[in-house]
Amino acid sequence: MKTEFEVLNVEKIRRDFPILNQTVNGKPLVYLDSSATSQKPLCVIDVINNYYKTYNANVHRAAHRLATEATEAYEESRRKIANFIGAEQQEIIFVKNTTEAINLVFYSWALENLKAGDVVVTTIMEHHSNIVPWQQLQSKGVKLGIIDILTDGTLDLEQLKAVMSDKVKLIAVTHCSNVLGTINPVKEIAQLAHKYGALVLVDGAQSVPHMPIDVKDLDCDFFVFSGHKMLGPTGIGCLYGKEEILKKMKPFMFGGDMIKEVHLRETTFADLPNKFEAGTPDIAGAIGLGAAVDYLQNIGMKNIYAHEKELVRYAIERLSQVKDLKIVGPTDSNKRGGLVAFTLGDIHGHDLSQILDAEGIAVRAGHHCAMPLHERLGLASSTRASFYFYNTKEEVDKLVEALEKARTIFKL
Amino acid sequence: MDNEIYTDIILDYYRHPKNFGKIEDAQIKFKDTNPMCGDIVEMCVKINGGCVMDAKFCGKGCAISQAAASMLTESIQGKSLDEVKNISKEDVLGMLGIELSAMRLKCALLPLKVLKVGVLNFLGGNLEELNTPELK
Repeated sequence: MKTEFEVLNVEKIRRDFPILNQTVNGKPLVYLDSSATSQKPLCVIDVINNYYKTYNANVHRAAHRLATEATEAYEESRRKIANFIGAEQQEIIFVKNTTEAINLVFYSWALENLKAGDVVVTTIMEHHSNIVPWQQLQSKGVKLGIIDILTDGTLDLEQLKAVMSDKVKLIAVTHCSNVLGTINPVKEIAQLAHKYGALVLVDGAQSVPHMPIDVKDLDCDFFVFSGHKMLGPTGIGCLYGKEEILKKMKPFMFGGDMIKEVHLRETTFADLPNKFEAGTPDIAGAIGLGAAVDYLQNIGMKNIYAHEKELVRYAIERLSQVKDLKIVGPTDSNKRGGLVAFTLGDIHGHDLSQILDAEGIAVRAGHHCAMPLHERLGLASSTRASFYFYNTKEEVDKLVEALEKARTIFKL
Repeated sequence: MDNEIYTDIILDYYRHPKNFGKIEDAQIKFKDTNPMCGDIVEMCVKINGGCVMDAKFCGKGCAISQAAASMLTESIQGKSLDEVKNISKEDVLGMLGIELSAMRLKCALLPLKVLKVGVLNFLGGNLEELNTPELK
């Protein structure tokens, strides 16, 4: 059978990530926290350095050579990112992160368009950033519908269908849960939303870094993500919005760089995308994210997805053999992104992550900015191992070994 | 940081905490969380004649925060509120008998913070009296 992906040369890839080559507490670093933030390849770090060293200037303002170069690099990054997710360049708004992208939609679209009696639907598996903004609409009389999960950790699509009506104006849903790992059928959800005239906002923070994305195919109205989870620097993220929707939205930040003409008492706003980018943007961040996208495309998103799927399959297989360990979310790796959260006996996640740290293993513990989901699951905390294409099965083995050690220390 | 902090004593306090629960008629009730890791500690203190008659805690969290909370409730029984006000970070670390990294110090000191804010509120004192940065 012909395979549609290439097996990655991880050993070679890891040489591009200098940070991975170090010891922590005397042990080789095993970095399993890429869902929090990914590591950065040297080429991304170099591109940022080079911008500051050789052509640092403000964008969209001056005609001198450095400014022209900086503007061209900044806009070139926007083109690369647009191309990466199948969007048009004017549909990509640079923001600082996923949270800011959602807030932009909240201020510029939801506050302007929603009224008492309207409904916003979200899910129990959202990151706080995709719940807290929508909760604020309740003071305007907007109702919040929250879709539950089934026992296998997948979204209850029947419940979603049941709550739909022409009162629903927005479905805000994560593409991939940062705790359960569940990949939601967002294309199907968008079709459902559009049938009722609602828009769909997809939180792509945990999906864009790990799988091929085509926003036109998904037919979502908004798609939001952060650069730092996909090899880029912190401080840069993107809002994708369909052009006809973005055009009708008012900016929520006012100031320089988002105007056409300013008179003493009135202003004409700039066209897309500048209308939503008031003030000097994170130029270095945008250029760095452009380089990250180049790197990811060079490796191939299909290859990355296949590599992580196999890692997760292996991790679930190995973790299932650890006594007292319970995996959170689907155990079928076909329904999952590249992360596995779990609990181990009565060991609190914070204690467990400290024991793992002593073995050089970096994982995240706590509620992962998903307190409603942890409440729903009856968990005070969980521990999450999250993978990227630079991780290996040997690292999964080290995780399992360290978990056995934790069982001994806690006398399980 | 190694794993020597999980001593038998700490694990015993974590699994079988003393004074776990609530006191309905406590004059001092205060609760706080450590948002970074989700530790929750609530302290109830019953006062009689300016002294602690009973103290209980409840909450959820890591072994360090829960053991520290339990040990603290034991240590303040019968003490005057002035004495309770003056319990220091070092006192708590002494009870735990372990050394902690800066990150885990927050876990260990959450119960003390909850207790002190509760006592200061009760006495009408100034929260500025929380004199170590970890408690603020």
